[in-house]
Amino acid sequence: MTLLDARVVEHHDLERLPTRAVADTTVRRRQFPRGLERLAGVVLLFAIWELAARVGWLSPKVLAGPSTVLTAGVDMVRDGTLGTALWASVQRVFWGLGLGIPIGAALALVAGLSRTGDDMIDANVQMLRFVPIIGLQPLLILWIGIGETAKISLIVLGVAFPVYVNTYAAIRSLDPGHLQLADVVGLGRWSRIRRVILPGALPGFLVGVRMATAVAWLLLVFAEQINARSGLGYLMIRAQTFFQSDVIVVCLVVYAVLGLLSDGLVRLLERTLLRWQPGR
Amino acid sequence: MSAAVLARGVRRTFAGREVLRGLDVELADGDFVALLGRSGSGKSTFLRALAGLDRGVEGELLVPSRRSVVFQDARLLPWASVLDNVVLGLRRRDALAQGRAALAEVGLAGHEDDWPKTLSGGEAQRAALARALVREPQLLLLDEPFGALDALTRIRMHALVQQLCGRYHPAVLLVTHDVDEALLLADRVLVLSDGVISLDAPVDVPSPRLRADRQFIHLRSRLLAELGVDETAEGAHDPLVVRA
Repeated sequence: MTLLDARVVEHHDLERLPTRAVADTTVRRRQFPRGLERLAGVVLLFAIWELAARVGWLSPKVLAGPSTVLTAGVDMVRDGTLGTALWASVQRVFWGLGLGIPIGAALALVAGLSRTGDDMIDANVQMLRFVPIIGLQPLLILWIGIGETAKISLIVLGVAFPVYVNTYAAIRSLDPGHLQLADVVGLGRWSRIRRVILPGALPGFLVGVRMATAVAWLLLVFAEQINARSGLGYLMIRAQTFFQSDVIVVCLVVYAVLGLLSDGLVRLLERTLLRWQPGR
Repeated sequence: MSAAVLARGVRRTFAGREVLRGLDVELADGDFVALLGRSGSGKSTFLRALAGLDRGVEGELLVPSRRSVVFQDARLLPWASVLDNVVLGLRRRDALAQGRAALAEVGLAGHEDDWPKTLSGGEAQRAALARALVREPQLLLLDEPFGALDALTRIRMHALVQQLCGRYHPAVLLVTHDVDEALLLADRVLVLSDGVISLDAPVDVPSPRLRADRQFIHLRSRLLAELGVDETAEGAHDPLVVRA
């Protein structure tokens, strides 16, 4: 390696920038792949947790160790309690999203496409948006009792808001140039909606859907812990009464996996529907 | 020759400011007219009026029913393929075939199924040109369509526009602030200042038009003066003159 003449550096008050040494292969540090290093941290945490449980620092009433949780999970799968609860929960979320997303999107379209719709809907929704959804539970119980409908209604409400807000904002912030283009090429009202407005609002709508799925699982846990006879939340509340921390952890893990799965599903949906966006 | 555009007493006011103050413009079929003006002179406002995009203009406007506009940005819908963009709103049975032919004409054959965001600036603008031409316009409105392109791409686009207009003979109104561009492409130049047409001159420079041509230079000086640019100042002629 040849260094620049020292006099040049002296004369001009230059700063030497860090560069890669040329063909300097002798002292290369052996490196583990980045993924493995990150995994090591997780493994370490689990090892400490397991150790704490075995040695007795952690009482099973407080938090069961990983191996106990695993055994409990396997047992719950074997005797069918987990499957039944999971199915009940998934159904509720499915109905909540299946009704809430179309309701939110439809309201956003009406508000976004017509001035009357905007006046009638948007101000009201923007006002109600700040009411905490969970706070509506007592009112819902007064109206429709404590059955399945009440739980699904809570999820529907919680889902409709993020879908509405994001879709409406997307329609409002459509590129005015694209709308002008629709006029220039003489698109009719329906073609304008189908070719310009809907595809233009789609990214915003999908952001809303992604937020909605997260909200749906959140509200599910809440709804299932009140007067439920089935579902993951019910399992957790029951486990709480019997001090079964292992069962609670199993349910939490299942919730996390479900959340991750549904988020992945929405991402997949985004990738297919928004193929036109660069970087997808 | 019949008229392609008849505009009489066109006025447009924005918030009390009169941008167009009784404009009279006439374009014959097949005319290639450049409309020059400083920024804010209202030239784009007039083009928007001719495109039928502005309901707030006063006066009389007669334009053909088949009109196309090319904007400064290509304005392609990013979620539709290049071909779908070209035939957008085209209600003809052979629209797709026509669209393919138009794309081939602007040198974009093979890009039919591409997403617009994968095109370069020049390619996107050529697609926009194909979208305008596939409608077989009697009036082609160009709103500074070369303004956002790099210098080399602009030269190629000039040639393409000339070639296509020579083939289809629409009446063309090119809005630009580039005097050279106007003189290279147009048969006639209009200067819009203070809301009226202050100059209307034919471009009688023999083709192929060269910037070094004596008539070119003469007309260029006249137009720049009309636009309020003093060529002797600001080192307009000599790039080596550096103002303190």
